[in-house]
Amino acid sequence: MYKRNIYKVVCNKPLTHKTMLMVLEGDTSHITQAGQFVNVAVEGKFLRRPISVCDYDERTITLLYDVVGEGTKAMSLLTEGAQLDLLTGLGNGFTEDVECQKPVLLGGGIGCAPLYNLARKLLARGLRPTVVLGFNSAADVVAHDMFEQLGVECYVATVDGSMGTRGFVTDVISQKAIEGDYFYACGPMPMLRALCGSTEWSGEVSLDERMACGFGVCMCCSVETRSGAKRICKEGPVFRKEDLIWK
Amino acid sequence: MEVKRDMSVELSGVRLDNPVIPASGCFGYGYGMAEFYDINILGSISFKGTTREARYGNPLPRVAECSSGMINAVGLQNPGIDAVIAEELPRMREVFHKPIIANISGFSIDEYVECCSKITAEEQVEIIELNVSCPNVHGGGMSFGTSPQSVAEVVREVKKVVTKPLYVKLTPNVTDIVSIARAAEEAGADGICLINTMLGMRIDVRSRRPIIANTMGGFSGAAVFPVAVRMVYQVAKACSVPVIGCGGVESATDVIEMMMAGATAVEVGAANLRNPYACKEIIEALPTEMARLGIEKLSDIIGIVK
Repeated sequence: MYKRNIYKVVCNKPLTHKTMLMVLEGDTSHITQAGQFVNVAVEGKFLRRPISVCDYDERTITLLYDVVGEGTKAMSLLTEGAQLDLLTGLGNGFTEDVECQKPVLLGGGIGCAPLYNLARKLLARGLRPTVVLGFNSAADVVAHDMFEQLGVECYVATVDGSMGTRGFVTDVISQKAIEGDYFYACGPMPMLRALCGSTEWSGEVSLDERMACGFGVCMCCSVETRSGAKRICKEGPVFRKEDLIWK
Repeated sequence: MEVKRDMSVELSGVRLDNPVIPASGCFGYGYGMAEFYDINILGSISFKGTTREARYGNPLPRVAECSSGMINAVGLQNPGIDAVIAEELPRMREVFHKPIIANISGFSIDEYVECCSKITAEEQVEIIELNVSCPNVHGGGMSFGTSPQSVAEVVREVKKVVTKPLYVKLTPNVTDIVSIARAAEEAGADGICLINTMLGMRIDVRSRRPIIANTMGGFSGAAVFPVAVRMVYQVAKACSVPVIGCGGVESATDVIEMMMAGATAVEVGAANLRNPYACKEIIEALPTEMARLGIEKLSDIIGIVK
């Protein structure tokens, strides 16, 4: 079920030169799975901004977001006590109860965000996920410390080699001989394509696309899958690796 | 105290409790929106544009934002008329018990005729709305809706096979909307719906490419409201059949303005995509807005502007 509610900004601070962390207080009862998203109404902008839920509990929602355009710029200027109109309970989310022993969580850039709540859910199941995060440069690295504070092993790759392994998350998997039997990934399409093309693990990926409604009626975000056209906002954003068609 | 007012209107013998209708493509087949509120408060629903065959539509991205609006190039993604009748309409019936407007698209006259002859037999479908903005694949790719002759031809052929009122949803991307509306009426259309989206385009200045994969798309949202009011006004003055006004409607006041211009009923499109409760909020606000403006009966103001 979806729900529109008004939330209060209790924290909105920069983590890097482009990534912000926002904590919102309000009704979280419609968020049921790691990997779901919220659609944020921004004052003066016609469409909402779909943003992954990084974490949530009974009364707060944490969002990590990059300031990439006018909408997220406006969000970044909100101060404590500001009110935001959100649609929650959107999207299917990750499969939290997959039969596996060694889940590997792979995030590219801001794609690390939805993996955080997933890591917490997997830890609660008694699993020890391995986390691999990829960024362009050390200055872009976020969430690495958040994952380490959870007590999970967290590797970093940077394209320019300024932190961790030089290259991409796929280079970490091969160079560090990461062991796994199932993966969860979120990040840019080239990363997801390379990952799905190179790994033998079964897994699932969260896709990102320009959306209008976020709740399945406008058909602006449909992708072709092996089981027909699917709406990223409704049947997704998480799809099984085997379901995706890479062109 | 709750204000009560008569909001009912009539479209070609079909009585609606109120004039508010979610526009095609912005409400799916209704049942998805029933997760937000009881959609039976609506006057009617115009369902997602349906074609003969299932269509995936255009490549992504399909949407770009604009000031007070958006551009979409979905490309008529739909499961096809047979699947709509077999699967979507039964699901729609579970949550919506009022007259349905069937929005039908086609790329040839044969396709319109075949789809309409099937949908007219569906009991809950009380009005058929022809989307004539599609390119005519047998007519050089020009949209059916851009010439009086081709609009008239589609209407004449479809009219032969339907038993329900036939409305034609017109594209605003023409030089003379009145001549097109008149041609539709003379060919037998029972009503006119306008406007469909305006052709628009956005460019990503960093990548120097169009934002939408299809390059161009349909511009809708609050920004097009004045154009819609103007065209509704012109067409309502020139035709004697009812007009459904559509384009940029976001509030109860907009509904009243559109009706004063000549609309008997009003469709709400893009507003639903930002605010899924848009139609509900408009319907709930209408009685108070009518009271404020001294309107006893909503149908009294249809075309009141000289």
